[in-house]
Amino acid sequence: MNFETVIGLEVHVELKTKSKIFSPSPVDYGAEPNINTNVIDWAYPGVLPVPNRKAYSMGLMVAMALHMEINRDSFFDRKNYVYPDNTKSYQITQNYFPLAHDGYIEVNVAGKTKKIGIEEIHVEEDAGKNTHEKNYSYVDLNRQGTPLIEIVSKPEMSSPEEAYQYLENLRKIVQFTGVSDVKMEEGSMRVDCNLSLRPYGADHLGTKAEIKNINSFNYAREALTFEQKRQAEALRRGEQIHLQTRRWDESTKSTILMRLKEGSSDYRFVPEPDIPPIHIDQNWIDEVKASMPESPKDRINRYTKDLSLSEYDANVLTQTKEMSDFFDQTVNLGADPKQTANYLMGDVSGYLNSEHLDLLDSKLTPENLADMIKMITKGTISSKIAKKVLKETMESGVEVNSYVKENKLAQNSNAEELLPMVKELLDQNQKSVDDFKNGKDRAIKFLMGQIMKQTKGKANPQMVNQLILKEIKKR
Amino acid sequence: MNFNSLTDLHQALKNKEISAQEVVKQTFAEIKEKEPKIAAFISLNEESSLKYAGEIDEKGDFSNFLTGIPLAIKDNIVTNGITTTAASKILENFVPIYDATVVKKLKNAGAIVTGKLNMDEFAMGSSTETSAFKITKNAWDQTKVPGGSSGGSAAAVASRQVLGSLGTDTGGSIRQPAAFNGVVGLKPTYGAVSRWGVIAFASSLDQVGPITTNVEDNAHLLNVIAGHDEKDATSANESCFSDYLEDLNKGVKNLKIGIIKDYLTEGVMPKVAESVKNAATILEKAGAKIEEVSLPNIKYAVPTYYIIASSEASTNLQRYDGIRYGYRTPNYHNLEELYVNTRTEGFGEEVKRRIMLGTFSLSTGFYEAYFKKAAQIRTLITNDFKRVFANYDLLIGPTTPTPAFGIGSKNDDPLQMYANDILTIPVNLAGLPAMSLPNGFVDGLPIGLQIIGKRFDEKTIYRLAKFYEDETKFYQQKPEIAR
Repeated sequence: MNFETVIGLEVHVELKTKSKIFSPSPVDYGAEPNINTNVIDWAYPGVLPVPNRKAYSMGLMVAMALHMEINRDSFFDRKNYVYPDNTKSYQITQNYFPLAHDGYIEVNVAGKTKKIGIEEIHVEEDAGKNTHEKNYSYVDLNRQGTPLIEIVSKPEMSSPEEAYQYLENLRKIVQFTGVSDVKMEEGSMRVDCNLSLRPYGADHLGTKAEIKNINSFNYAREALTFEQKRQAEALRRGEQIHLQTRRWDESTKSTILMRLKEGSSDYRFVPEPDIPPIHIDQNWIDEVKASMPESPKDRINRYTKDLSLSEYDANVLTQTKEMSDFFDQTVNLGADPKQTANYLMGDVSGYLNSEHLDLLDSKLTPENLADMIKMITKGTISSKIAKKVLKETMESGVEVNSYVKENKLAQNSNAEELLPMVKELLDQNQKSVDDFKNGKDRAIKFLMGQIMKQTKGKANPQMVNQLILKEIKKR
Repeated sequence: MNFNSLTDLHQALKNKEISAQEVVKQTFAEIKEKEPKIAAFISLNEESSLKYAGEIDEKGDFSNFLTGIPLAIKDNIVTNGITTTAASKILENFVPIYDATVVKKLKNAGAIVTGKLNMDEFAMGSSTETSAFKITKNAWDQTKVPGGSSGGSAAAVASRQVLGSLGTDTGGSIRQPAAFNGVVGLKPTYGAVSRWGVIAFASSLDQVGPITTNVEDNAHLLNVIAGHDEKDATSANESCFSDYLEDLNKGVKNLKIGIIKDYLTEGVMPKVAESVKNAATILEKAGAKIEEVSLPNIKYAVPTYYIIASSEASTNLQRYDGIRYGYRTPNYHNLEELYVNTRTEGFGEEVKRRIMLGTFSLSTGFYEAYFKKAAQIRTLITNDFKRVFANYDLLIGPTTPTPAFGIGSKNDDPLQMYANDILTIPVNLAGLPAMSLPNGFVDGLPIGLQIIGKRFDEKTIYRLAKFYEDETKFYQQKPEIAR
């Protein structure tokens, strides 16, 4: 018997605000435990949450980028559960009337485009962090109150590959809005996967398993593939699937049962009385729309139409916002777009890959890249020298103009200096001149090589080429 | 004390007839003399009050109304450096590190915080008998309750230990004790006074308000504590506020006043109902237009209130877990036991009863039948008021069905205790402002006239109250202990 796979994803995204969602404490990672906290984060008697408008605007921006319906009046609710990293013993989230509902993300699998529905986006606060040691547990509340959005898909994905693409595209869309770093490895994007099977044609969904502890999109795909097979085999053996939470175990490449959910836990959701309804008027929507950064789609359009890049180049450059922003900044500084694209996609990407670096973590700046490309265009340096300069500035961050000057890397484009050298060379190599005249084009390469040797590679090759041709014609 | 009102005291300080230090010394002398009988205070702040009074005398500027004036604060309002317990064992030794906005405002205005006042534990009660620490007595008859939950706040003012205090009102907790003690108590419009630093009982209903011996003092205090606060998201915009003294002496001519018919029937003592009718006659003679009005849905107010308030309380009180502050049980072997035993030992019976009631009302399968239904009835009650206020400026009725009852007389029957709040609760559900104003005596005990206003129209409440007070002079009668 074959089964239809049904996958739904819940994605948490951390919003990059300066302060927390309900308190003025800063959001800042790597600080000493409990430094970025105040009476609100400690749930002191008498404190009140005041919502961070900026966080809500960021959520709104993502909702728009995902084509969602905005709830003009949304509410916060309390989700009650007792845990040491949850100081109030309730999390402020949105249960009854969230920020937005009914959007979609497009995926492209096996040449077919499919819209995956998004159920809702809600805005909520993160909890603190517990660390357990032998005799003690430590609670760090720095993360308590960090703004999150949860993006809940509809159960509309039918393969692990679709889920993978959904995640890739979601990450890309959110990244281009600039509201989050969306990095799985740093926890600014977290994914819970739900998967169930049902016989083809069945009306009702099967019982699902939820998979947690997924640290990358590849793991998500692997975990879902494993889980799909596990459930199918269990069903074929005549077993029943129970509602359960599992976790992905990277070392054994399998999902492991964490707990069975016997009846759902009771969070006793209640409207948050400390926060009035959030009313989103047209002005607010316009304000967010106006501040919405250009989407990948719009950038591709601009690159191909205005900058005459190929469809392929435009697609590669817009894979990440970092790369696309870097490209735009370099071009805005006057660098040739096609050259910029070539260097970013070629030498720069190669270097980053071999060093396992992110573009923004490397020492390369748009200013240096632009300066270098401008020197190539003007003929100040050769493309061969350029490779060397680029490597140097990527490694050390050296300022390109002064580096070229100090190391005397500029090529010689002075005809008055080069012409006597060419003349002398031709005088000494009559055979090559004859060869060339007899149609042996290769002869010119030899002559060029000689000049480059003499100038230690600094002669402008184009200029040398022209001078040689001109001089041979005269003879 | 030789003074009967904040206004008198302010004049004396301003005219340098008395120094702030002398006032503070006298105040603590009064407190020491009267406290054994009244038991209104949980903690006193004598040393720093004296020190602060000295600083004020040195400056010598008494132009501000509250400069150098001793006040006292209900113990569910946090005070920086002064123990704040909410009358609960679970916060017995809790010393806050910040001031509530209202406390900050009073301090900025030059007032002196003399101490913290007794109350029902976490403001849950109508008699101040659920306090974990002491039973406050009614200023007029020490065998009677002072009302609650702001029993300490009302009794301290009625016995003239201080001439002004702050209380909080979630279902009548300022107005009912004010009525029982013959003082003026106002519950402002929801959102008029910041709740930052007010230990939450039921967040959608809680509101801080002043208790004083007369109407003018009350308006003065409200002028200081009301206003927008960016630390409270439910606090109203600046545009909602005005000077509460503005209309004080305008009289009642042409005011349209509704007597709430439903407030004079079931369960209300005939003599209490009579006192409201007498008030209506006085107001009518002075040119007010009086008509009977009906609020049909307020018959559901008590169960509606107890579901909503308890539900909110059940989540608000979950933070008291013995980890970060307050009481922690010595009896535990693991986290679960720490939580359970701390709360079992730290909370009193009434608080536990309401936590259970609220937890039940929010549970899956019951939310729709209880909390959601209650929220819907709350809207109906709010609409009842809206409809009536389209045609009337103010509504009047009694504050309580009876005068103060005996200490211990209602402890066995929570429902009977809850029913006592029937006339005050609807105002909280609708978020309206309302005052209890002294309205004479029944069987030698004071009773209150309740005046209900439109949202943010405290000014008109004060206007009627000032006229009525001048006309009846009930406020001039003092209990034995204050003579």
